[in-house]
Amino acid sequence: MNSSRHLLPTSEPLKTQWFTFVSEGNAPPIYINVFMFTRIIRDPASPPEEVSSYFADVCLSCPQIQRGIAYEKTAAEVSCWRNIILQNQKAEQMVFPLNQESSGPKRVEQVVAGWKVQTPLEQEIFRLLHINSQPVADPVLTPVEEQSLKAMSLEEAKIRRAELQKARALQSYYEAKAKREKKIKSKKYHKVQKKAKCKDFLKQFDEMVKTNPEGALEELKKMELSRMEERMSLKHQNSGKWAKSKAIMAKYDDSARKAMQEQLQMNKDLTQKIVVPSDDEHESNEEGLETVPDFVNDSEPVIDSVNPWMRGQLTHEEPEVSCVTTEDVQTAEEENEEEELVGEFERKRKLRQVSDKEEEEEEEEDDDEEEEDVSEFNTLFRLMRSEKTLEGSNPTREGLNTPGQEDEDGLLNEGQVRVRNIEDLEVLGEVVDPQPIAEPSLPQTAAVEATSEPPNKKKREIDLKEVLTKEAKAVKVPFLPTVVDEEERDEQISIIKEAFAGDDVISDFIKDKSKREAAGRPEVVDLTLPGWGEWGGVGLKPPRWKRKRFRIKAAPPPPRQDQKLPDVIISENRNASVAAHQVSQLPFPFQNTAQFESSIRTPIGPTWNTQSVVKNMTKPKVITKMGAIIEPMVKEHFIKNKTTTPGGKGPAIMLGENKRAKEGAKRSSEKHRGRRSQKRRK
Amino acid sequence: IADAVDITSGSKYFSLHLSQFGPYRLDYSRTGRHLLVGGKKGHVACIGWQTKDLMCEMNVMETVNDVKWLHTEAMFAVAQKRWLYIYDSKGVELHCVKKFNDVLRMQFLPYHFLLATASATGFLQYLDVSVGKEVAAICTKMGRLDVMAQNPHNAVIHLGHPNGTISLWSPNQKEPLVKMLCHRGAVRSLTVDKTGTYMVTSGLDRKLKVYDIRAFKPLHSCFLPAGASCLSLSQRGLLSAATGDIVQVFQNILGSSPVSKPYMAHHLRGQIWGLAYCPFEDVLGIGHGEGFTSMIVPGAGEPNFDALDTNPYRSYEQRQEWEVKALLEKVQPELIGLHPEQLSKVDQTSFEQRHKEQVEALGFDPLAKDKFKPKTKKKGRSSAGAIEKRKRKVAHEDQRDEIRQSVQERTEREKELKEKSNEKKLGNKSTLDRFRK
Repeated sequence: MNSSRHLLPTSEPLKTQWFTFVSEGNAPPIYINVFMFTRIIRDPASPPEEVSSYFADVCLSCPQIQRGIAYEKTAAEVSCWRNIILQNQKAEQMVFPLNQESSGPKRVEQVVAGWKVQTPLEQEIFRLLHINSQPVADPVLTPVEEQSLKAMSLEEAKIRRAELQKARALQSYYEAKAKREKKIKSKKYHKVQKKAKCKDFLKQFDEMVKTNPEGALEELKKMELSRMEERMSLKHQNSGKWAKSKAIMAKYDDSARKAMQEQLQMNKDLTQKIVVPSDDEHESNEEGLETVPDFVNDSEPVIDSVNPWMRGQLTHEEPEVSCVTTEDVQTAEEENEEEELVGEFERKRKLRQVSDKEEEEEEEEDDDEEEEDVSEFNTLFRLMRSEKTLEGSNPTREGLNTPGQEDEDGLLNEGQVRVRNIEDLEVLGEVVDPQPIAEPSLPQTAAVEATSEPPNKKKREIDLKEVLTKEAKAVKVPFLPTVVDEEERDEQISIIKEAFAGDDVISDFIKDKSKREAAGRPEVVDLTLPGWGEWGGVGLKPPRWKRKRFRIKAAPPPPRQDQKLPDVIISENRNASVAAHQVSQLPFPFQNTAQFESSIRTPIGPTWNTQSVVKNMTKPKVITKMGAIIEPMVKEHFIKNKTTTPGGKGPAIMLGENKRAKEGAKRSSEKHRGRRSQKRRK
Repeated sequence: IADAVDITSGSKYFSLHLSQFGPYRLDYSRTGRHLLVGGKKGHVACIGWQTKDLMCEMNVMETVNDVKWLHTEAMFAVAQKRWLYIYDSKGVELHCVKKFNDVLRMQFLPYHFLLATASATGFLQYLDVSVGKEVAAICTKMGRLDVMAQNPHNAVIHLGHPNGTISLWSPNQKEPLVKMLCHRGAVRSLTVDKTGTYMVTSGLDRKLKVYDIRAFKPLHSCFLPAGASCLSLSQRGLLSAATGDIVQVFQNILGSSPVSKPYMAHHLRGQIWGLAYCPFEDVLGIGHGEGFTSMIVPGAGEPNFDALDTNPYRSYEQRQEWEVKALLEKVQPELIGLHPEQLSKVDQTSFEQRHKEQVEALGFDPLAKDKFKPKTKKKGRSSAGAIEKRKRKVAHEDQRDEIRQSVQERTEREKELKEKSNEKKLGNKSTLDRFRK
């Protein structure tokens, strides 16, 4: 700010407070908002009202927004430091300066870099090299080499490894899935799958006809070939072993009859299909549409309808038939339907597992065999079990379970018993002898007396007396003291009694204790005030509702340590002097006090540890190199790694899959339409 | 016994006839090599009792109430009629501490370098002998304090009072840490074992009681016909009790069963005034009206000593070195408390306070556990209802265990009661009762 300018508050009544910089020269006045010192207007023509209105708009909306944006920006900027800071905080040892050059052996070229030709021999050699245009000072390393030499940073390596792991995991998932599907016995599942594949192929073929007619033709030829093969074979002619057996059964069994019928229908289809290709020659367009069912039949002949396992092969065969380009679409579609089915199956399996767990004892091996198909884990589990059952005398699950269970049970029982005992003690302690004093030597009669008395504060007094007057075992003394004679003893007792007749030790003590207890109790805060038409003064009793409402009772303090010890007063005062030496704040990595305390308890001295452990534990947190300049950390040191990280490879796959799935869904709907149209044409 | 054992052990039994200067108090140094005896009528002597060489002997021409070695055998404190005096081993008076008057009993806390004194006026005072400063002076308001012991585990001072109570004190608190009613009559003597687990008391009601002072519960009590005026526990847990002019030694007094008869007994001529076991030796020193007697008690001393802490065979230079180290490792008096392990714990109250402040300042609890957030699942399994169900599965996880346990306990208890009642109903019926008419 220039010294020639003065800060003056403007005289006009404005919406916001304005300050005007009035310069002595020709320079225009500058209006500044109080709230926004940054905005300056140097326009002499605009009157302050306008300025004010302009600013009124701006300053109402702008600063908040700007602040918000600035906050976001800075937050983003600053938060990128967080990880590195956390990492450094957690590091057991930091060595400064941070990015030191590796202390390993250096390459010869680097060492020799500063070397100069000196001796005549060397000069001669170099001259010769020059003449022969040999590289004198060859570049030490190409940049590529340099980069490869620089070992991958830890972060990068981690990321790379994670990627690889993920890829491997995905692969294994797919493998497992394929395996699983292969083993699925359900006919319905395979039917659905087959249908889906058909649709898909139809779709493909439709497209192919449009885009790649040559390819479509080839496909057609392939199909024809396969059909011819089909016709040559005797499949679906009901002449096989199975068909014969079915024929016998067909008389009585409805399903067998049905199967026979199906087979015949298939045969019919085949023969029908033979007619279609003849039409193909005339109408190439229809061909495509009609050949699709042919394909279905093509694949079907391979399938023995009896053996549901064979159907699973459809998926494997299809790629041979279909084009490579459409494979993805196909699989995606498959997945869609598969997933539904698989989900269903999984649910079923889970249900079964649950029931297994419930009925472990009743479980039979047959069930397990089914499970075997479902997952490998189960098979292993089952194998183990079957072994056990073979070994053990009990064929059921019990045989396996008994040792472990018994152990567990035993442990549990033990715990329970212990608890029970303690409980009993407590119960007894409450009921029988509230004073926890020398139970064994306590005479039975005293205990009985105690039980008969009501559990009251008074009882404690009585108990105390009992405690103190309780009979103690007399000790036999080899020779009696010469000073005190037998006869004198009685006298002494009476003397003592006389001496302590006045002061009752026990009642004093009880009084003292009750006083302490009372002092420890929080006081009731009385906020009652006389209201309208009420008398005020000392000795008046406010009404009950008032007492209830305005007398605030504080929460009761935690139970005293000496609550259950009638003859002990333990001071509840906090030991502030030790507190000064105690830790009152958890140091950084610790989450709770128990962790910290246990770590503090661990001795680190050489008396309790081996030398290496001591060395490791007493390692300095920070090591600085002597004489080295420790620069503050620069962003590049850790940002570098972040830029190299390939952003979101995982999600990319997911997205792709989703897209494909969506496409597949669309296509299937189109196929439906196509089918319908085809039918109509028929 | 002296005849039965070998010569070196036999030489540990001896008695000094000092009938002139009244009953004697005594104290062994921490290493057990040196003995300090102080007669009631002013006779003070320190003796290297194993070699039987007299280090110094003098008459202070005043009543001597108690004598105590300080951290080494070079200095000792004598509680005289009016003030507390400190002498060196040559008998030269080093200090006269006039702040400490009418001292009756003294205890030296070796790791804190504190000399605790109990006076006839009811004051418990602590003197830091390393810097010569009074650390604390506590008015106990309990009358004459002539029964005193220290707990070697936590350096808490135990005082016995004429109203049958025993109070535990630390220099940091003006009121007793614990006050327990032990006897109907006055407490006559009291001692604490080496580990700080047991306390043995005797009172005018002629009972001898053993307490577990970790739980403040009496273990057992026995009746001594004449009552015990002095008590002392050896390193291995042998208790010696002086009843009049007889010293009785009890074995296994700290065990679970009360004793019925003493292990040893010894008759002396005068009234017993002081009783102390010699550390690392099977010797019991008895100060009585007619002088001093050193008595052999087999199995009293600890055979294994920590040479870095208290080495009975240390040389002069070793002692010097130890003194420096001990001074460097001196424990501050603020750390005296009932629970010495408290130091390694987090101060909960201030921690909570701080935490509260932090929560207020930040607006959230940094130590709070994250709320359970159910995973998003597909295929309608992440519907609101399903999420609620999943949340409910993990809700109140911390309370569940307790509730489960308590319910189990209750059922157990009920079951047992039922069984008992069933048994009662049935009584002790035999199978043949059914034929009875």
